[in-house]
Amino acid sequence: MSPDEARSQLDAQVRETIQWHFSPETGCPFWLDWAKTAGWDPRQEIKGYDDIIKFPHFQDEWLRDEKNERFVPNAYKYRPFNVFETGGTTGLPKQRVGWDDYKHDYEQFSDTLSDEFFPRGGNWIMVGPTGPRRLRLAVEHLANHRGGSCYFVDLDPRWVKKLILRKEYDQAERYQAHVMEQAVEIIKHRDIKCIFTTPKLLASIGERISISSHGLRGCFCGGTSMTPEYVRFLQEEVLEGKAQFVPTYGNTLMGLAVSIPEELKQNQYSVTYYAPQPRAVLRIVDADKTEITKDYGEYGRVELTTLTKEFFMPRFLERDEAIRRKPHAKYPWDGVGDVRPFGALTKTVIEGVY
Amino acid sequence: MSAPHIPILRQGRVYKSLDVQTVNRLGSTEAAAEISFACADMIKYDLRKMGQARAILKAMRSEDLIEITKKAGEIFLHDDLPIGIDGALQSPEDYVLSLAATSGLPHSLIRMNMKRLGGIFGQIDTIFRGLTRGLDIAVLDKGYGEQGGSPVSFSASTNELAVILPSNSPAVNALWIPSIAMKVPVLLKPGREEPWTPWRVIQAFIKAGCPPEAFSLYPTQHDGSGVIIRRAGRVMLFGDDSTVKQYEHDPRIEVHGTGYSKLLIGEDEIENWRDYVDTIVESISANSGRSCICTSTVVVPKYGDEIAKVVAQRLAEIKPLAQNDPEARLSGFANPKFAEWINEAVESGLKSGGATDVTAEFREGERFHERDGMNYLQPTLVRCQTFDQDLAIREFLFPFASVVECPQAEMLDKIGPSLVVTAITRDMDWINQLFDCATIDRLNIGNVPTNRIQWDQPHEGNLFEFLYTRRSFQIALSA
Repeated sequence: MSPDEARSQLDAQVRETIQWHFSPETGCPFWLDWAKTAGWDPRQEIKGYDDIIKFPHFQDEWLRDEKNERFVPNAYKYRPFNVFETGGTTGLPKQRVGWDDYKHDYEQFSDTLSDEFFPRGGNWIMVGPTGPRRLRLAVEHLANHRGGSCYFVDLDPRWVKKLILRKEYDQAERYQAHVMEQAVEIIKHRDIKCIFTTPKLLASIGERISISSHGLRGCFCGGTSMTPEYVRFLQEEVLEGKAQFVPTYGNTLMGLAVSIPEELKQNQYSVTYYAPQPRAVLRIVDADKTEITKDYGEYGRVELTTLTKEFFMPRFLERDEAIRRKPHAKYPWDGVGDVRPFGALTKTVIEGVY
Repeated sequence: MSAPHIPILRQGRVYKSLDVQTVNRLGSTEAAAEISFACADMIKYDLRKMGQARAILKAMRSEDLIEITKKAGEIFLHDDLPIGIDGALQSPEDYVLSLAATSGLPHSLIRMNMKRLGGIFGQIDTIFRGLTRGLDIAVLDKGYGEQGGSPVSFSASTNELAVILPSNSPAVNALWIPSIAMKVPVLLKPGREEPWTPWRVIQAFIKAGCPPEAFSLYPTQHDGSGVIIRRAGRVMLFGDDSTVKQYEHDPRIEVHGTGYSKLLIGEDEIENWRDYVDTIVESISANSGRSCICTSTVVVPKYGDEIAKVVAQRLAEIKPLAQNDPEARLSGFANPKFAEWINEAVESGLKSGGATDVTAEFREGERFHERDGMNYLQPTLVRCQTFDQDLAIREFLFPFASVVECPQAEMLDKIGPSLVVTAITRDMDWINQLFDCATIDRLNIGNVPTNRIQWDQPHEGNLFEFLYTRRSFQIALSA
């Protein structure tokens, strides 16, 4: 696919999504009501991705303050929905409703995985936040889709964040050790080929056992930002250069932005992520004037637009910043590189705690 | 010389990180060094392997390590040594210039500190004897021996001595140098502006024949320091009072904080106070007043105003000069904000009443001074009416002290914890009270500046006892 073809595909997805969410038969109450007060009809004015700028930034507080039913498209209103949570260290967490999106997203992601390192039929283990998260179902679906089963070890990041805020580092380490003990036992005694975990937890498992010597071939990782040096450490030392490290960038609201693991070393371990276009689009914007897209090679704030029948979310400003990178032959649209917490250089951000 | 790249050393193995930070020359945008930064998890991994480094040192003869240490001192002082990763060499003069460029220290003070460090290497056998109360060092080879007619056995309580080094004083490296002869590898986290001294000391040891595996150097961020503090077997840490408080009950950690060192004159000697002015001035101003062993409070039974005036006049002669001026004795601040904060703290103390800046009438210009793109604080002596005044017991990173009058009988109750106390007296009753005073760490009786210390004495803890545990031991010769 050429960049022009990718762009046409994206514009078509935008038009189709807008038609769906702003038509009374299929759209959700939240957007239909929004359109009534907006004073313009998105179905008439949005012709392609460039017009998305006409929408205001989606506020994730809406996912906490509005009832979940308001985001249910009328076309799905008789189907029970899954509730996926994000954040929520204190108070009511933000919630997104969903049905099949996670399956589509992870099947699409599965197509990018190497059969050599993520063998078909191989079992998986997920070590990390499960509970009310989309990831828990998604990873199991990924394992099943590839013909394997999935083991789980849970870690509650909300509790870890509270411990860190209270400076109870010793407790945090003990909790992590408790999680690790469970993960190590399963890895030692079950036939597992692939793992999903966070970077910190991967390093923590590798501190206790040789991951590759226990048969693990592929590691799909996500959840927090990673510096190139940390990616190198994980690939070369934690995985001993034997298992493949596959960094991803994603969340409950987007799906998965993928990287190109085969090119990590030649790129000095600087990771570029490509959104699952056309279902989601990442744009690097000027933090102060978000209508401006940054030039290639420049850092800016990450803006996410999600375009599926289940969920329309225009111009959500992520709490991350990244470098705008050029399209790749494999993914002929903009990438986002060296993601880090927004404002990481000017303030302390609690991130990457698990 | 172009800016060298200071790599991570992982048990002596050079590792160039992808996380590289630049340290600029002070007051300039020109790079003085590029530094490889280690991620915290890498340090965790490496800490688990420190037993290998310890085994290598353990297999060597202590006597050989003593000789290597002595030789390393000469090499440190006189040889060209590798710097960075490109095969460049650093002469002793290059070292002086590099350290001056990032620390703000005048060349003369760096040379003084170099000499002091060189002395530590050279006195290693005396230091060992002093810290072990005369133990035959071969006991560390054999594992047991005899001391004072009794069998003794010592076991290392750690595989590494980790040191979180500050940026403001190269001489603190003296504290870890004896660890090598004691067969305990070091793991150093250098201060951001001062990778130069630990690097050069390490290179000198390696050139002298020490196994490189004995040295790990991790420039790192706060999370990396946290890992070292939480996980290393033994840690030396330099920090302020809040840091000290945090770790005071952790036996793995030896905290080197503020010293609150004091100089006391007894009632029997106070009429001779003019004889001790040189000692007072040196105690306050040596090493630009940056050491915890510098006097921050002078306590006298009378003549407080007169003593303050004469000492202030002498201190005011110490001026900010060009870094390469051989007479320079005052250091600029590597972090220019520090000078502003400290000056504000002094001003705030003066405004609270009961204290007078006696140096103000003698010095040229204000206390806060800018020169050659660096911030300086000119020496300051305050006369405090009582110990209750905010500035009476304070320690700052420049030549600063207070003079307080207090009857001799009340002094030991008033002075509080003190790293060093010099008591100028011949009064045996008072000397006996001084010996019994639990809040004094190092005690000098007589006309000894607080900054002059002998390294065969424990300094904020006994290094040998920190690294080794004596175990109960019996041996049946017929066995």
